[in-house]
Amino acid sequence: MNLESLNAQLTDSQDLIDNADVAQYLTFLMDGEEYGIDILKVQEIRGWQSTTPIPNSPSYVKGVINLRGTIVPLLDLRQKFNLPKVDYSAVTVVIVLAIEQDGVDKIIGIVVDAVSDVYGVERSHIKYSPSLDENLNRQYIVGLAEVNAKTLIILNLNQLL
Amino acid sequence: MSIDLSQFFEVFFEESFEGLDIMESELLELQPGEPDNETINTIFRAAHSIKGGSGTFGFNSVADFTHVVETLLDQIRDGQRQLTQQYIDLLLQSVDCLRDILSALRAEEEPDTEQAQLLKAEFNLILAADASQIIDATPSEPNLGGNLSIGWVISFKPGLDILKTGNEPLYLLQELAELGELTVNIDISDVPALTDIEPEDCYFKWTLTLVSDCSKAQISEIFEWIEDECEINIHGLSQSTNVENDNSFSGQEIPVSKSAIESSMRASNASAQQLNNFEPVASDAEINIQHEIKAPTSNQKKSAKQTESGSIRVGIEKVDSLINMVGELVITQAMLTQLSEGELDNNKLLSLQAGLAQLAHNTRDLQESVMRIRMLPIGSIFSRFPRLVRDTSKKLDKKIELKLTGEQTELDKTLMEKISDPLVHLVRNAMDHGLESPAERLAAGKNETGQITLNAYHQGGNIVIEIVDDGRGLNTKRIREKAISNGLIAETDDLTDDQINLLIFEPGFSTAEQVSDLSGRGVGMDVVRRNIQALNGSVELASKPAEGSTVIIRLPLTLAILDGQLLSVGSHIYIIPLINIIESLQVKTNAISRVGGELDVLKLRDEYIPIIRLSDVFSHQGSSDNLEDGLLVVVENDNEKVGLFVDELLSQQQVVIKSLEANYFKVDGISGATILGDGTVSLILDIAGIVKLAGLNKSNTVFANQTGSLESATV
Repeated sequence: MNLESLNAQLTDSQDLIDNADVAQYLTFLMDGEEYGIDILKVQEIRGWQSTTPIPNSPSYVKGVINLRGTIVPLLDLRQKFNLPKVDYSAVTVVIVLAIEQDGVDKIIGIVVDAVSDVYGVERSHIKYSPSLDENLNRQYIVGLAEVNAKTLIILNLNQLL
Repeated sequence: MSIDLSQFFEVFFEESFEGLDIMESELLELQPGEPDNETINTIFRAAHSIKGGSGTFGFNSVADFTHVVETLLDQIRDGQRQLTQQYIDLLLQSVDCLRDILSALRAEEEPDTEQAQLLKAEFNLILAADASQIIDATPSEPNLGGNLSIGWVISFKPGLDILKTGNEPLYLLQELAELGELTVNIDISDVPALTDIEPEDCYFKWTLTLVSDCSKAQISEIFEWIEDECEINIHGLSQSTNVENDNSFSGQEIPVSKSAIESSMRASNASAQQLNNFEPVASDAEINIQHEIKAPTSNQKKSAKQTESGSIRVGIEKVDSLINMVGELVITQAMLTQLSEGELDNNKLLSLQAGLAQLAHNTRDLQESVMRIRMLPIGSIFSRFPRLVRDTSKKLDKKIELKLTGEQTELDKTLMEKISDPLVHLVRNAMDHGLESPAERLAAGKNETGQITLNAYHQGGNIVIEIVDDGRGLNTKRIREKAISNGLIAETDDLTDDQINLLIFEPGFSTAEQVSDLSGRGVGMDVVRRNIQALNGSVELASKPAEGSTVIIRLPLTLAILDGQLLSVGSHIYIIPLINIIESLQVKTNAISRVGGELDVLKLRDEYIPIIRLSDVFSHQGSSDNLEDGLLVVVENDNEKVGLFVDELLSQQQVVIKSLEANYFKVDGISGATILGDGTVSLILDIAGIVKLAGLNKSNTVFANQTGSLESATV
């Protein structure tokens, strides 16, 4: 995993003018599924580093790290989505996101298995997931889209905290 | 093309407030009679730019008001009129008034313009008089000491049902007009919506300016009949005319003629009677002005919003030095890049090391300069005190001299905003309670004029502010008596004078009736101390009977840095602000009692101190549950002591406070985070929050009563 080249690609994509029809999504893998997040929300991609735990916080909050002087909480997306736990390894990746929760801009990091790719997806091609109503995590899921014969789960992580 | 002017508002407000500060401090310098031209010019310039700015941005009420101020200043500057104490006072009042209006505008509230109206009327009167003075005062014809011209400003608010009682305000005003030249301002702000108007009610208020040499009694006489049914206030206008060799107003055009008064009256009466939508028919300028004055909202005493201004004005030399440093940083970086190219030999390695040392040096310099940007000289707070002392000394009938030293001492902008109220409080206290009356001072063999000194200087990583007075000092004996009667200390307690004096910072001494009782400093000193402690500062007090007292405030240079004690609990490292810590100790089990099967209490000397296990309140693993294996850190919060059980104390160091809430949430028991030398994050403990988490609230169980009485036994 070459984080540097990924970050470079990220910077390039953010330079693109936001096209109303096509949105760019950074995708990552978790428990065999491919998830996509709006690339404009992504600040950078980092390797896993140990955190300072926050007392009395939910188990998916892994703690806070020092990101060049800013205190940033790291959340384990597997645990948040009730997926089976895995041990963190050299390829465990942290995606740093700029989110807006309740009108406040925040920087958070999510822990995922691995980063996969960047795709442009036409907004009109995003379909609503059929079983969303029963899915507890549906508030984070924008919809599904098919790219290169793979299904992407497109997320909106604004209310993740 | 229209430009959104609101983006410049903040700059305008900042400049205006700066201008007002300048006006105020220069006005305080002025002596009646022979004004220093440069000073007048400075004041004039400040007023002028406020007027210009407010005109541009559409704050017409400010612009109009500043205009009359400016006109008066202009005439003083041109030597057309003598500067009198009355003008200085009036101008100072205008500064206050403008400050209020601008603060309201800044907070996007409706400003209260009543005061401005009164002042403006006063200015207009002076200016009107002036016109005659200028015309008449030809060089060949020295001023004839004419009639004494005294004006009155009358605010007159009849009761709602004044008309029902058969009284007619119009006649009163006409009668007034017979006494002299009358300017009438009607305030229609209380008139309700058309549907709510009671035709028989009178909704109007008047501000009347009467230029006349009549006595106050003559005016009161006119209102005598309806005294009980109205609010009436009569102020003298231009006492100065006694001082000044002023001309009479005979033959002088006063802005409003009697007919205008009548037409305004007719208009207002007509509107009320005919249930018409009021729109006073009178075309007179004076009345039209009233239309601009929007009704002050019912809640006039709205507290100004505590908006911390978002911008900061920085001296250009600070920015220059920053740019220089960044320049050097870039050069060093280029050097290092160059060195890293090609093969690395021994020589290069040495240069590389030197380069890195330089980089470290640059970085440190840069850090310091950046911190300095937030630092402002404390003079900007000190500068408000000459005014405060001037006004208060008049009120108290004391002679007071104020000395300011160390105004150049810099401290953090955020701190500056928060320390100013406690300082004002302390200075007021020193004037009110500390200093004796001139007679008492003479009797005590002191100079009649009392002295208050404000001093600021740096000491270590702190800024120290001293408030020194040469008054009577604290009455230790009476404080002791008071404390005993309050139950703060016991009769048997053996305390030093200093310890007793410190009791004035206890909440028990803060109620109003005790001030007169004690003649000491009592009002709200506990609040002062709490505010200062909230800034991680401390207060000390030194007092000598008959020689005076000194209050010493110590503050950290910036709110962003605190002295912290690192400690470990299990695998976690936390930080406690050093200022919270009273002592740390190892305990023996026999000093511990278990109360109610769950709460451990330590008997420390004469006190029982509840013990909180951090690993419990934070629900994580500590190394050991046995109190003998670790340490107890005794911390104080709001006069309440608790012992925190920790594994080990580590180093003490200054830490930079970072917000945890910015990207996460407020966490109970944690006040923030910091980054340690190795780049890891450590959390800063919030003692009050931990006490709450542990369920040791004062309201909690029998325990509260116990601590209460124990505390009183041992303070």
